[in-house]
Amino acid sequence: MIVAHRKPMEEILRSLEGISRLVVCGCNSCVAVCHSGGENEVQILAAQIRIARQQSGQPVEVEELVLERNCEPEFIEMARPAVERTEAMLNVSCGVGVNQVAEAYAPYRVIPGLNTTFYGAHVGGGVFEERCGGCGDCVLDRTGGICPVIRCAKSILNGPCGGSQNGKCEISKETDCAWQLIWDRLNAQGRLARYLEIEPVKDWRPATAGGPRRLVQEVLLNDE
Amino acid sequence: MSSEPQNGQCITGSRLEKVLRAGHFAVCGEMGPPQSANTDLIRKKSAYFRGVVDAVNLTDNQTAVVRMSSIASAHIALDEGLEPVIQMTCRDRNRIALQSDLLGAHALGIRNVLCLSGDHQSMGNHPQARGVYDLDSIQLVRAARQLRDEAKFVCGEETKTPPALFIAAAANPFGDPFEARVHRLAKKIAAGADFIQTQAIYDLPRFARFMELVRAQGLHEKAFILAGVLPVKSARSLLFMKNDVAGMSIPDELIERMQGAEDPAKEGVKVAVELIQQLRAIEGVAGVHVMPAMWEQVMPEIAEAAGLLPRPEVA
Repeated sequence: MIVAHRKPMEEILRSLEGISRLVVCGCNSCVAVCHSGGENEVQILAAQIRIARQQSGQPVEVEELVLERNCEPEFIEMARPAVERTEAMLNVSCGVGVNQVAEAYAPYRVIPGLNTTFYGAHVGGGVFEERCGGCGDCVLDRTGGICPVIRCAKSILNGPCGGSQNGKCEISKETDCAWQLIWDRLNAQGRLARYLEIEPVKDWRPATAGGPRRLVQEVLLNDE
Repeated sequence: MSSEPQNGQCITGSRLEKVLRAGHFAVCGEMGPPQSANTDLIRKKSAYFRGVVDAVNLTDNQTAVVRMSSIASAHIALDEGLEPVIQMTCRDRNRIALQSDLLGAHALGIRNVLCLSGDHQSMGNHPQARGVYDLDSIQLVRAARQLRDEAKFVCGEETKTPPALFIAAAANPFGDPFEARVHRLAKKIAAGADFIQTQAIYDLPRFARFMELVRAQGLHEKAFILAGVLPVKSARSLLFMKNDVAGMSIPDELIERMQGAEDPAKEGVKVAVELIQQLRAIEGVAGVHVMPAMWEQVMPEIAEAAGLLPRPEVA
């Protein structure tokens, strides 16, 4: 899932200065799962904004809305009545949602309420952790299902570097060394021979092609 | 792709390569460039190494702190009559810049390069920096080797004048997982490393075990292994490394010995000399890499006491 977390309240309030009719729009998808932009978070954030603005003598009318997904036109369309009644939207979906909603209702203002951070998962204890770098050329078959591109601080493809100690990374004792995990996994699979192969220089183009990366699905082209 | 270490033909014009191939026990030093554009410091430090070592490493923004570039510093050291080994990390440059610098280093008369992944940027004075890590150290070794021996860039295009560099990689016998370390060293040598400089060694039994594994694979016959020695002036430095530097193994007895010393600096020299002599006795160790961080002036004293002088003349 896409993991995001709320921006600091101070920054949110600053971005809402001068706006007197607002809709806070959440998303029932990834950001609801990571408890950053679901129904509960929309309610809480809307209340916090009302109170803060009341206290500063600049009251604001805040509507609440949650779309099933902020990244698809069918669902985005459902925001139209709220958009028409308000001056701006504080969108607490991921960055994709903010882009898509802003484009659908331009020049209406859509303001992000979250910092979109990574593709990850809940790993227990309320901790969400990054699991995929979206590099566009998956190496997980060679690394026992553990991503060195994103879980190794240096994205080393022939690790571990000299800073691995007691299973932890040199950058922090809280961070697992991805290559220790890979070594252990390959060992458990009886595939240490795989480790000896030198992973060649990576083609990073699928990760960082200039401009937005694209995927063309023929099946959808034929539909239109 | 690996080279014959003993008695093979020299390929690079590196003085260090000649010393090693002639079968001498080699001595490398190391100095850190200044956090300024002033050339005086390198010229001053160079005097401590001249005639005392076969080559001296110039670190590449070590601990991710901005310093004068390794290549520029190496050029000054060369001018001071030293044989420089440039360090090159994958942290700050992509494959275009790395290869460009290999060409430039050769053009300036530099003949040795140590390929490293580099300390992570979060450890230095610009933790906000975006790390590059386009290549890893093993891929950089292979790129430098392919450029030298096949005159080909990573992309496969050819160059008419390839950089003839004697290529080093690092090894940390004290990193984890221990069993992986010798295999990773094997990968570095298979990728094309001519010589290896290890992390600072204080834990001799563990290093001896590592070298047993190295010999079992015959790796010491495929690349020259220079054992790392880091002289310290105080127990505090050892404690710092033990607690705050990842991938170090420092025996408590050594810390106690330094704590109990009347003159810790003098004791530090003794410790370094003993380490050098014990490392020299281990089969497969082709030389030492002495890193007197912030204490370069001690280099002649250590070399003298360890019986490393005079350094051999090589044609």
